[in-house]
Amino acid sequence: MRRLLNTLYVTAQGAYLTKDGEAVAVRVEHETRLRVPLHGLGGVVCFGQVSASPALLGACAEADVGVSFLSENGRFLASVRGPVSGNVLLRREQYRRADSAPGRAGLARCFVQGKLLNCRAVVRRALRDHGAGMDAAPLEAVARGFTDMAERAARAATDDSVRGIEGEAAAAYFGVFGQLVRVDDPAFGFTTRSRRPPLDAVNCLLSFLYTLLAHDVRSALEAVGLDPQVGFLHRDRPGRPSLALDVMEEFRPWLADRLVLSLINRKQVRPGDFTRGGTGGVLLTDEARKRVLVAWQARKQEEVTHPFIDEKVAVGLLPHVQALLLARHLRGELDGYPPFLWR
Amino acid sequence: MLMLVTYDVNTEDRAGCARLRRMAKLCLDYGQRVQFSVFECEVDPAQWEALRHKLVAAMDPQRDSLRFYRLGREGKRRIEHVGIKEPVDLDGPLVV
Repeated sequence: MRRLLNTLYVTAQGAYLTKDGEAVAVRVEHETRLRVPLHGLGGVVCFGQVSASPALLGACAEADVGVSFLSENGRFLASVRGPVSGNVLLRREQYRRADSAPGRAGLARCFVQGKLLNCRAVVRRALRDHGAGMDAAPLEAVARGFTDMAERAARAATDDSVRGIEGEAAAAYFGVFGQLVRVDDPAFGFTTRSRRPPLDAVNCLLSFLYTLLAHDVRSALEAVGLDPQVGFLHRDRPGRPSLALDVMEEFRPWLADRLVLSLINRKQVRPGDFTRGGTGGVLLTDEARKRVLVAWQARKQEEVTHPFIDEKVAVGLLPHVQALLLARHLRGELDGYPPFLWR
Repeated sequence: MLMLVTYDVNTEDRAGCARLRRMAKLCLDYGQRVQFSVFECEVDPAQWEALRHKLVAAMDPQRDSLRFYRLGREGKRRIEHVGIKEPVDLDGPLVV
């Protein structure tokens, strides 16, 4: 198995990244804060006023290190990647599959089933952990609903009907998500998913982690030679990494949502860690953002047994494993795409 | 795997200083400086071969010495640091 490569997050405003030998040097006010050899890095994520030298961007492109630029609050702005690599035959098969209705529906079914079952697992896990203090009946009903929807998704004939089921599931899931927050503070109330901008603290954390997840999934797809823009469940749209969003679906509940819940429930983030921006959106404070990034990186270093390949894998490598499995399926070596299911 | 690289370079002449700088740079490309001539490098076997080869080519075996310590995959656990200049854990969360 591949080594889990680290990600460098630069949140220091005014930082300048340069190439120093075969390493990235992070300079803040003419002082080198950190120096990291490129060979241990899989990606660099820059927040806000952070710039990078062309020489560094070139070296990152060559070393297959994805560099993403996000706004200070974690909204995706741009990413810099090297020349398209990988196998053109694989990409062609990806396009052919995305162009054919049965091909789209087939893969869309897999992604949505993965998401549904993982959503169900998140709800059930919460019931198991906190069931006593919860109004369990509606949550159990929602969990049963996911089982039913997963069966319907498996039989869905077109990608449009799969999207319909996905929308239904998202509504059900976010309808009860607020009950999974076990901190009794109005600051962490959650009623509905809001984005661009996120209107409350929970949405703010969700959006932030989804952006981080998208960076990782996208890098993994590019690393195995797939085109992150051509998706099956998500329709093509200029600039949208549709395939990355597709593959993200199965990871959202298990990786991002659960981390949001633990950060809040374990009081690693508190109401004081959020501020309200000019447009009414809720933002993380600088210090809290760092804490969330550290928690995210720590989570990625934990190991789990992948149910399909039956091997121990670092959580951070799961997107890579799924990208490989998808590539294998497209090449015809696997009959179906097995989504990552959390038990 | 974690490799520890240390060297002694004879710097009585200018060529020696150049060798010293070159070897330090090579080590920095693959790892980090933990003390003046001590470097920790987290490398895979192929990277290690490349680094070793470059270091040996850069030294003068008549005047300098190189020592390599193989700490293995779990190398980090065998290290204890006391005092100033605690190095960064390059495998831990990197948030600047």
